[in-house]
Amino acid sequence: MERPLQLAVNIAVLTAIYALIACGYVLIYRVSRVLNLAHGELMMLGAYLLLVTASQFGGHWAAAIAAALGLSGFVGVMVYLFLMRKMTGEMVLAAVLTTVALGILLRGATVLIWSAQQHYPAQRLNITNSAIALPGGARMSLCAALLVATMIFVYGSLFIFLRFGRWGVRMRAAGQKPLLAAQRGINLHIIYAMAWGLSTLIGAMAGMLIAMDQGLDQTMATIGLKAFPAALVGGLDSLLGALVGALIVAAAEVLLIHYVDPLLSEVVPFAVLIAVLVVWPWGLFGTREELDRV
Amino acid sequence: MSRQPRASGHFRTGYAQDLKLVQTPRERWALVALLAVLAALPFLASAFLIDLANQVFLASIGALALMLLTGFAGQVSLGHAGLMAAGAFTVGILAKEIGAPFWITLPAAALVGSLLGLLFGLPSLRLRGLYLAVSTLALHFLVIYCGGEYEARRGYSTGIVIDPPSIGGHALTSGRAWYFVLGLAATGTLLLCVNLLRSGTGRAWAAIRANETVAEALGIEVAAHKLLAFVLSSLITAVTGALFAYYRGFVSVEAFSLFLSIQYVAMIIIGGMSSLLGALLGALFVTLFPYGIEALLGALPGAQRYAGLLFAVNYTAFGLVMILFLVLEPLGLVGIWRRIETYFVLWPFKYRPLAGRPR
Repeated sequence: MERPLQLAVNIAVLTAIYALIACGYVLIYRVSRVLNLAHGELMMLGAYLLLVTASQFGGHWAAAIAAALGLSGFVGVMVYLFLMRKMTGEMVLAAVLTTVALGILLRGATVLIWSAQQHYPAQRLNITNSAIALPGGARMSLCAALLVATMIFVYGSLFIFLRFGRWGVRMRAAGQKPLLAAQRGINLHIIYAMAWGLSTLIGAMAGMLIAMDQGLDQTMATIGLKAFPAALVGGLDSLLGALVGALIVAAAEVLLIHYVDPLLSEVVPFAVLIAVLVVWPWGLFGTREELDRV
Repeated sequence: MSRQPRASGHFRTGYAQDLKLVQTPRERWALVALLAVLAALPFLASAFLIDLANQVFLASIGALALMLLTGFAGQVSLGHAGLMAAGAFTVGILAKEIGAPFWITLPAAALVGSLLGLLFGLPSLRLRGLYLAVSTLALHFLVIYCGGEYEARRGYSTGIVIDPPSIGGHALTSGRAWYFVLGLAATGTLLLCVNLLRSGTGRAWAAIRANETVAEALGIEVAAHKLLAFVLSSLITAVTGALFAYYRGFVSVEAFSLFLSIQYVAMIIIGGMSSLLGALLGALFVTLFPYGIEALLGALPGAQRYAGLLFAVNYTAFGLVMILFLVLEPLGLVGIWRRIETYFVLWPFKYRPLAGRPR
């Protein structure tokens, strides 16, 4: 029987994972009303890019991570410029399916390039993922601690950026009323490209840290899909909602796995999702909206 | 159903004539020729080709069901694989637990399918578009979990083996016999869909798809018709799953991954939205696609190198083709087909009349 404190730590780590990933869904949806179902795969791609930069930059872990992050952001911008830009004005389902197709493409391509076996980027970077003993007897790994710290940092800076930053305000404006924003001289394509770049970059951060913690293979994309209910539970266009949603989903998952059945891990996020969708269709903090027909 | 313009010389003078599915002698001969080819195929083709044809038939039934729901009633569903799994597992569980024959398991699968359809459809009363798609996605995972749980609890962790159905003492094992069974099932589903879509129900669905508020104002019971679409589509899908289980003789949750749902959605997108012909073309394309890739890879030099990567190559190519269709040809295969058709119907003129919008 694990102690309650250890459970709390597990919940915190899982919340950090889900929140980091969910904020990628939220950023893109909030700005361009497109649901990016390839986010899990883009995040996995970020982790694989770390493998490449790790072998390029040898032992300099900071340089490797920075290069991989830069590359991921670039990939995100490219995805918008060469794919999603063409889908503006198409029906919602078509845009979503394009991201689904992109996800399938990325899954296949990563196996073709890096094979399906498990990789350990932490070893290549010479980082030892030691366990930290917390007061009270609970333990967490170094990378898990980093995950929590990154999550706090990302949410803090995103909040400041969207609230006070010049480009952050433009992003919010584009999300609220694209037409008015465009008429006030905001270049929507730059804003959308930025949202895609930023979202992919943050997703890649999560992907890299998870890969360093648990190893890297094709299952990572599934984690991305499981984080998606967190974004929806909180409301797809609210960052605070993503945080709260991540906490709810993570808590439900950890507790149910611990007390009921380990096999439940795959379904808990989706069960929570259905429950919330039936009661609050737009999530806890989301704004009500009329959706386009299919 | 609006029809393509006809060349000339054919006039419909009564409603009975307008309702006929086969109108001109040439259409009748084309149909007879098609049926003759389809009937002769299993006696000429190899076992491998017959198996391919059977897979296409199964996919066609599933794609028609999804097209009914998404293409005509306008309700997005990403839970198609979950419904197929429900039908397949109904067969598996009933056959294993009480040894039920197919004339019990198939109606049972239909019943389970329609109940699940009701469940899948309930969120559609409050949710639209994206959110609806997501809720069906979530239900997919729930159904798969239940199936996996059954497998684990009863010790069938590798899957459930099902005996082939037998009619009057003859076990249905040969691919040729299955060809006729599945072919008839697909034809029946097609006829059902064609007739359903030109009935009041089909028109109500079209109205709901176009604009829900207006449909409501016209006196159409939106909620009831949405649920009906879900129930009917799920019923057909579950039966497809059941037939799939019997055909393969084996049920396992692995066969019903999210990828299968995506494949079905890809069928109706690649085939062409809101067109029954599109569903059939899409089913044909998506089913044969991996085999085409395999043949292509085999023809390349150094085929052995890729043999282990076939799965990944398939994934990559499938994603790429889907993206290309979505970006370059949103009308799908049926759009290409209609363009060719109109070109010949209107030749030597170039432009199509305003009335004959492709659908």
